[in-house]
Amino acid sequence: MAKKTADKKIEMKGESDMPPMAMSLGLMSWNKTGSWRNLRPVIDYEKCIKCMICWKFCPDACIHIIDEKPVIDYDYCKGCLICATECPKDAISVEKEE
Amino acid sequence: MGNHALSYGAQLARVQVIAAYPITPQTEVVGFLSELCADGKLDARFIKVESEHSAMAASIGASATGARAFTATSAQGLALMHEMLHWAVGARLPVVLGNINRAMGPPWTIWTDQNDSLSQRDTGLMQYYCESNQEVLDTVIQAYKVSEHEEVLLPAMIVLDAFVLSHTSEVVDMPEQELVDKYLPPRKASYRVDPQEPHAFGNLTAPDRYFELRYKIERSMRRAEGLIKEAGEEFGKIFGRHYGLIETHQLEDAETIVVATATIAGTARTVIDELREKGERYGLVRIRVLRPFPFDEIRQALAKAKKVIVIDRNISFGYSGIFFQEVKAAMYNQPQRPPIFGYIAGLGGRDVTPGVIMEIIDDARSKEKPIEDINWIGLKP
Repeated sequence: MAKKTADKKIEMKGESDMPPMAMSLGLMSWNKTGSWRNLRPVIDYEKCIKCMICWKFCPDACIHIIDEKPVIDYDYCKGCLICATECPKDAISVEKEE
Repeated sequence: MGNHALSYGAQLARVQVIAAYPITPQTEVVGFLSELCADGKLDARFIKVESEHSAMAASIGASATGARAFTATSAQGLALMHEMLHWAVGARLPVVLGNINRAMGPPWTIWTDQNDSLSQRDTGLMQYYCESNQEVLDTVIQAYKVSEHEEVLLPAMIVLDAFVLSHTSEVVDMPEQELVDKYLPPRKASYRVDPQEPHAFGNLTAPDRYFELRYKIERSMRRAEGLIKEAGEEFGKIFGRHYGLIETHQLEDAETIVVATATIAGTARTVIDELREKGERYGLVRIRVLRPFPFDEIRQALAKAKKVIVIDRNISFGYSGIFFQEVKAAMYNQPQRPPIFGYIAGLGGRDVTPGVIMEIIDDARSKEKPIEDINWIGLKP
């Protein structure tokens, strides 16, 4: 999995400490954008042939290769389901996020 | 020629990324810089792009990573960059852009006037109008120093006249690289795109914050006013050529002051010197920096004049010459307000010769007060 840096946030006392441009005050490792997801892709490793097509197609680089298997990073996956669409073995099912 | 001066300025500033698209009369800048990169004389990444919009977008991307980025364009090319100019300002990226002043088409044209750069007046780029090729080269170096200052972080546009500067050879002194390095150290960016510390940039900003970010741009612009002067003075101490926000000539006891920009100011200077020899009290103010507008210096320079003449190589249709309206507005709330005459000359690259400037001076001399906001000079019947 991609190395993640420590979660930290730019400290500010007031408006005058704000960066001059619009930017996230926390690192993106702190800002877990996976919370936007409505639908969750789930890999069935029984069906998975490790072709890594899902890894190639993920537009947000949210599928990592761990122990030669594709693993979805739900901290950032936004549920676009391109992986499920592209999987040649229909090994990625779709669940509703509650 | 001016295009080479602009390129050498970028080389001496040790720019790291260049993204530019060729357009007459700027083409030599793209050609020359790409050669310098290919020959290993300039250690920069040259990005070939498919448009000026992309040229500025690539410069923005490079600058966002903390690199020193440079681009150059003209007229329609600058217009195509427009959206990205706002972006560079709002993202607070100190990109330096060379713009060769070319009149806007249609009708298709390649010769000089200032409507291309002045159409970008309100984007938030600092604007320097250069009078000579030497000034072009020197200003590139100074512009990075000011733009990259922690309290500024705004892009800058260096403006030079098409052909009159861009394609005219002049002797230009090349500052020593070692001294330039001392004057302009490598850029230190506090906020930058860094994969080790990933941040999101350019986020959606609600009304509770946008307002303050705009205020900060304006505050930085005003701060830049002092820093441009300091950078120009420090440059003078090292390299022997001093620069300021405005340049004045024969101003002491001047009754009539001519305000001009770019190469027209150079021509006006010779005319004023001739008039001085005849004992006539004329003086010159050359506006070098339009943004941030040098309010204090303009007000001080013009306060005691009996008449002020502003020569514009541009027009805001339905209003007047643009420098004329800027100067007039700067004087309006002042206790001493000289009458200000506005003249339009040299649009589309028509020559503004000493004779044309004399015609302007004679016209203003013949009138007690300005009658029209626009006086066209050299208009064919």
